[in-house]
Amino acid sequence: MKYATEFRDPKAAKAVLARIAELADEIGATRAKPVHIMEICGGHTHAIFRYGLDKLVHDGIEFIHGPGCPVCVLPMSRVDECVEIALRPGVIFTTFGDAMRVPGTKMSLMQAKAAGADIRMVYSPLDALELARRNPDRQVVFFGLGFETTTPSTALSIQQAAREGLENFSVFCNHITVPEPIRALLDDPHMVLDGFVGPGHVSMVIGTHPYDFIARDYGKPIVVAGFEPLDLLQSVLMVLIQIRDGRAEVENQYARVVPEHGNPVSLAAIADVYEKRPSFEWRGLGEIDHSGLRIRAKYRAYDAEETFGIGYAAGPRFVAEPEGCACGQVMTGRIKPTACTQFGSGCTPEMPLGALMVSSEGACAAYWQYGGARATEATE
Amino acid sequence: MNIPTRTRLRDTHVTLSHGGGGRAMRDLIDEVFASAFRPDAMEDQARLSDAALAEPGARLAMTTDGFVVTPLEFPGGDIGKLAICGTVNDLAVGGARPLWLSAAFIIEEGTEIALLRRIAATMAAEAEAAGVRIVTGDTKVVGRGAADGVFVTTTGVGVIPPGRDLAATHIRPGDVAIVNGVLGDHGATILAARGDLALSTDIRSDCQALGHLMEAVIAAASGTRAARDATRGGLAAALNEMAETAGVGVEIEEEALPLRDEVKGLCEILGLDPLYLANEGTLVLFVPEAEAEAALAAMRDRPEGRGAVIVGRATADHPGQVRMRTVFGGARIVDMLVGEQLPRIC
Repeated sequence: MKYATEFRDPKAAKAVLARIAELADEIGATRAKPVHIMEICGGHTHAIFRYGLDKLVHDGIEFIHGPGCPVCVLPMSRVDECVEIALRPGVIFTTFGDAMRVPGTKMSLMQAKAAGADIRMVYSPLDALELARRNPDRQVVFFGLGFETTTPSTALSIQQAAREGLENFSVFCNHITVPEPIRALLDDPHMVLDGFVGPGHVSMVIGTHPYDFIARDYGKPIVVAGFEPLDLLQSVLMVLIQIRDGRAEVENQYARVVPEHGNPVSLAAIADVYEKRPSFEWRGLGEIDHSGLRIRAKYRAYDAEETFGIGYAAGPRFVAEPEGCACGQVMTGRIKPTACTQFGSGCTPEMPLGALMVSSEGACAAYWQYGGARATEATE
Repeated sequence: MNIPTRTRLRDTHVTLSHGGGGRAMRDLIDEVFASAFRPDAMEDQARLSDAALAEPGARLAMTTDGFVVTPLEFPGGDIGKLAICGTVNDLAVGGARPLWLSAAFIIEEGTEIALLRRIAATMAAEAEAAGVRIVTGDTKVVGRGAADGVFVTTTGVGVIPPGRDLAATHIRPGDVAIVNGVLGDHGATILAARGDLALSTDIRSDCQALGHLMEAVIAAASGTRAARDATRGGLAAALNEMAETAGVGVEIEEEALPLRDEVKGLCEILGLDPLYLANEGTLVLFVPEAEAEAALAAMRDRPEGRGAVIVGRATADHPGQVRMRTVFGGARIVDMLVGEQLPRIC
């Protein structure tokens, strides 16, 4: 952990913050004309609030919280389908913990568990595989969820199940990819973005080149960042330097972890197991072409959509978001969480209306939990 | 532990007949519980001596708590130790001297009797160390699946000496907040002990009785305002509850929080916040600033308080809220937790 504390050194942070302020002034960033920097990843959103970075940086810098929390962007219809699978007799439904509270139309997985579904929290798809081995008379379904960070481990579990000839294991695949929604956001004429802080964990797998289009086609700087507070601040500084210099490049702040070309073993597993869906629905963003992954035909036996005749295998099913829910607008940076009419009244962590309030990495939950709104009201 | 040499209890596992009220039940109670706890009389009601209440102005204190934990045994303790410490600590933080306990067991059919003996032995040893007597109890056996191994409920009775009055409402702006040692060890131990995580750690539960420590603090710092046992919900829940009751703000310093590297590491991996991890031997105290050093010194003199440190203070600003100054100089609200902490996916 000494390794981590070095990235939390207050003295070093002060120095970087001073540089950020200098550059922001030089660029002419003010509250009236702020520099909008989108942190794509929910892990970054969480870190920004956990360390109070949003209040420490220069006034003229505004963080826009991107769509990078996989739990938050999961459409309600997919949650409903999880519940449907989980409630079937003989099924053990396995999921990562933070998907448990995401509201579906009728219930969340947490509520389905209370209603009698056998739902188990796991820490890795390999735990789900082990459950399948130990329960040969039950169908064990793993809720495959997440960006490129978690996609390889799901792929490996499917490859392993195939090698063992396990017949009672399948994956409800909801894996999604980072570059496509970013392209969709950049194509949106209402978006005002000056630069990006890129998701470090995703890039451990895919490297930095998948973001080339951001700099090349849209002329925006992007810096792939680590998750410690100093990583984030340094990345913001690197974005500002690019803006000042009139450059737009993909830079790698997280080079201690992120290889330029990604991880070949993970990439091979991904290519072997998945193919792109023609399109996939995102909560708040709608259908985005080629933004989701499905399991290839050769692994069909492990595809829960096929096994249960559900999801895209059963035809598209659109579920409207709850009325008043502005998750989509928050996720595209059009409004701050506090500007949502439901924030703190109709939508709280106790009674979440939308997904951004559910996951600890969601922008609204971070605002609420760390007092982005309330702390400001109380002190300023 | 005193196990009779001529044992009548030959079963290795609890069956429904051990709950049936007949000979088998009598044998289980005699040989597992009564032999360990040695109450004065084997009757359903304990008749308590009134000597402890003889002082004018002394008040009775009573508390009760149910204990469920998976696994039943974990590094640093078991459900029996939790049941004793939990109830002793509830009494102690209210300013009471813990004196008597009851212990009720709900046992799932099929539970190993050897496990029950180990639990009873821990309870007896822990009660003796804490200076309390287990004076009465109850045993029920339920069918397989109707309980998760063993559930324990303990009720505690203690006496608050005359003139002593601890309450969160007494906390004033400027008072300092003290904890007796590292945070989150119990929660982290249970997470690791469940075996769902392929993680091996050396962390042990901090499960310990705090009665003697509380007496030492109050003797050294008579102006001590209020105390809490930071259990479920961790330090964050305890401080929030106190801030709200007292109508003061609380400001803590992230840098001052005593956390083991292993606990920090586990939290980093799972995306959990150690401020919300459960403790089972963690005392949170508010003391007037003038008495803080005396309280700290008295705590550090005892093994349960060796790691005592100041973590923050009460403020007149933002009443009812707990705020933390981060290592970075940023500030954030430390709110109550909603439900339980769920590990994040990446």
